[in-house]
Amino acid sequence: MRRLWAAIALLAALVNGRRRPPAPAAPEAPEEGRTFAKETGAPAAVERLVAALLLLSAAASLTFAGLVTAGADTQALGIALALALFLGGTALAVTANRIVPREQAVERRPDLGDAQARADVRERVAVTTEGVSRRRLLGVAGATAGGALAAAVVAPVTALGPAVGNSIADTPWHRGRRLVGEDGVPLTADDVPLTSFVTAFPESADRRELGSPVVLVREEPASLRLPPGRADWAPEGILAFSKICTHAGCAIALYRQPLYEPTSDPPGLACPCHYSVFDTRRGGKVVAGPAGRALPQLPLELGPGRELRAAGGFSGPIGPSWWGVRKA
Amino acid sequence: MTAPPRDERALRFIDERISAGKPVRKALRYVFPDHWSFMLGEVALYSFVVLVATGVFLALFFEPSLGTRIYDGPYVPLQGREVTGAYDSALRLSFEVPAGLLMRQTHHWAADVFVVAIVLHLMRIFFTGAFRKPRELNYLVGVTLLALAVLEGFLGYSLLDDLLSGMGLAIGYGVALSIPLIGGDVAHLIWAGEFPGADVIQPRLFIGHVFLLPAAIAGLIGAHLALIARTRHTQFRGEGATEGTVVGSPMWPGYALRSIALFLLVAAILVALGGLVQINPIWQWGPYEPWQGTNGAQPDWYLGWLIGALRIAPPVDLVVGGYTVVPEPFWGGVLFPTIVFGVLYLWPWIEERLITRDTSRHELLDRPRDNPGRTAVGAAFFAWVVTIFAAGAADRAFLSVGIPYITQVWIFRGAIFVVPVVVFVVARRIARGLAAAEAHPLRGWTGEVVERREDGGYTAVTDGRDPSLHEPPARPRA
Repeated sequence: MRRLWAAIALLAALVNGRRRPPAPAAPEAPEEGRTFAKETGAPAAVERLVAALLLLSAAASLTFAGLVTAGADTQALGIALALALFLGGTALAVTANRIVPREQAVERRPDLGDAQARADVRERVAVTTEGVSRRRLLGVAGATAGGALAAAVVAPVTALGPAVGNSIADTPWHRGRRLVGEDGVPLTADDVPLTSFVTAFPESADRRELGSPVVLVREEPASLRLPPGRADWAPEGILAFSKICTHAGCAIALYRQPLYEPTSDPPGLACPCHYSVFDTRRGGKVVAGPAGRALPQLPLELGPGRELRAAGGFSGPIGPSWWGVRKA
Repeated sequence: MTAPPRDERALRFIDERISAGKPVRKALRYVFPDHWSFMLGEVALYSFVVLVATGVFLALFFEPSLGTRIYDGPYVPLQGREVTGAYDSALRLSFEVPAGLLMRQTHHWAADVFVVAIVLHLMRIFFTGAFRKPRELNYLVGVTLLALAVLEGFLGYSLLDDLLSGMGLAIGYGVALSIPLIGGDVAHLIWAGEFPGADVIQPRLFIGHVFLLPAAIAGLIGAHLALIARTRHTQFRGEGATEGTVVGSPMWPGYALRSIALFLLVAAILVALGGLVQINPIWQWGPYEPWQGTNGAQPDWYLGWLIGALRIAPPVDLVVGGYTVVPEPFWGGVLFPTIVFGVLYLWPWIEERLITRDTSRHELLDRPRDNPGRTAVGAAFFAWVVTIFAAGAADRAFLSVGIPYITQVWIFRGAIFVVPVVVFVVARRIARGLAAAEAHPLRGWTGEVVERREDGGYTAVTDGRDPSLHEPPARPRA
């Protein structure tokens, strides 16, 4: 950033030069286009400098062209082209400030607004209704036709996407659906460790659907303080939550574990976009950050071989909140 | 009879067909005021030129598709990964197309500089009162350009389907959903269904980024320049610069050469950045899937104010009769930018109706001190947005400074109320002080002390006494 400012300052100095408006040559009223200060004459050394800059710029340009065809590195290409542009720009800046005539001129500002023209316009427009008796009828009919045409033209916009309906609320989860890992292999209770989270999906479902991904964590069963009615949702203390944050739809990707249980904050799942934190032990309750409602919990059950299965649907609507989310 | 010189023949050919002589004669004499701050808008314009030039090149290689394939290009860590056409073509553009990475990085840097220049230009316009009659319409065009530039940048980096672009789009979807009543349908229309959207989302983003928005921006830039030419430039008061006249360099030769020089130098800086300073290395982020996220993700700088607002907004869903009328991301994602742009759009009329009650034409600029009220409001408003912007970097600040993140959130929630008030008071005080002292903030007092002689005439004091010992002259209030 500091380099950017320095570059801007350098640009300003280079392009603007060190000119202050010279005093007016004559004190009379300014005329349009009148030059009131003019400096001409270019030192030969400056002319030679500009010529050298232009030729060096040309050399850098040709170098760039050669480097492109040779397939050179991005850095070499950048330096060559930047040099060509910089040398050319410097040459022009010096030309403007030291070689061509340096003039200061005065220009009169245009008058804005003409009462006579406005009157003529209104008169011309008023002619429209001369000798017309059913003005109101025609006006209403015209407005109706225009409005209807606008509606007709806008109507195809609805083809852009389906009506919202209940599609957001639907998820692939139902009782008995097995949980699979990112590799598609069914997960068992042993796959969920105490210290980390596991991403899981419903078996043979579309993973890219927002209702699909869940995050699995394991807590000590005795530490759970789940809301009423969820007593048997976490076999062996394994909890499943929607992986999509209820705030703005990013994926939950952080799992906070207490460093020292008595004094640290309780475990929480967090979204890296806006750091909403959800308390896993209390069923995904929001404990920090901007999310407006809890992370939906998925009830789990253990099948044969302690494989993980859903015991039903989510505790609430998944994904970001919207108008259709009903709250008690 | 000798033939007329070649330039005379060329000029006559054009002039006798489209009568270009008169307007060109006038244009070559068009006067541009000389002040460094007038360069900011030009930097934005030239950044846009670089954006179009590099963007056309990129569009010839980019494939806006979510169809998947297996990556088999030269970047070893991703070989064998399933990637979308968008991500794959962006990787090939970066690693296999000659000068492709230079073009891509220059394009990205140019976008960042484009918005920087627009914001600085807007501040110049605001603090000098250049938006006043007769330039309100052009001010509206300018504020619209800022909004479009931010949206265009967002669409641009959302196209590539890397992890960061996917996370950004997810937030965009969440924010669209949060619009009361119509949010669900708006989001479904844009994404052709639920996020991450049907395959058409990618062509939609693409046509928006490479055609609709650039065309709108180019058209509005044209209108912006035409409106300036209609009214001529504003200018600070000075010799020859009055409400009725403008003074400066004529278009030809000095100004045009300087402006082309500025274009080349801006392009030089952007190309140097694009060649030497890595930006958005998408191969490091990896492809996006809706269930993936990464810590420490930050958007391009011009979206920092929005991520800050999203992070410190209160965790409140407004529920009426069981319906979530106003869900959470609305406060930071919709309400906040609406307020910011609402204030920007309405400011000329807020000032005219409520503060100065001055409806006359203004061709001469205020110095910021000339209108301490406006300067203080503008500084407070800007400080408010910057504070929220800083809140968006609280996670990075936690890593570098160590203040716990949640503590910072609460500090920022307080600061957004305290900082603007403090800045308002301080800025107004400084502006009033400068107005009274007639001192330049960097150069000190620049006046000249004169003493009245016994014969009634005046003499400039040149005895080396400290001018600050004298009472500064009182400046008549405009």
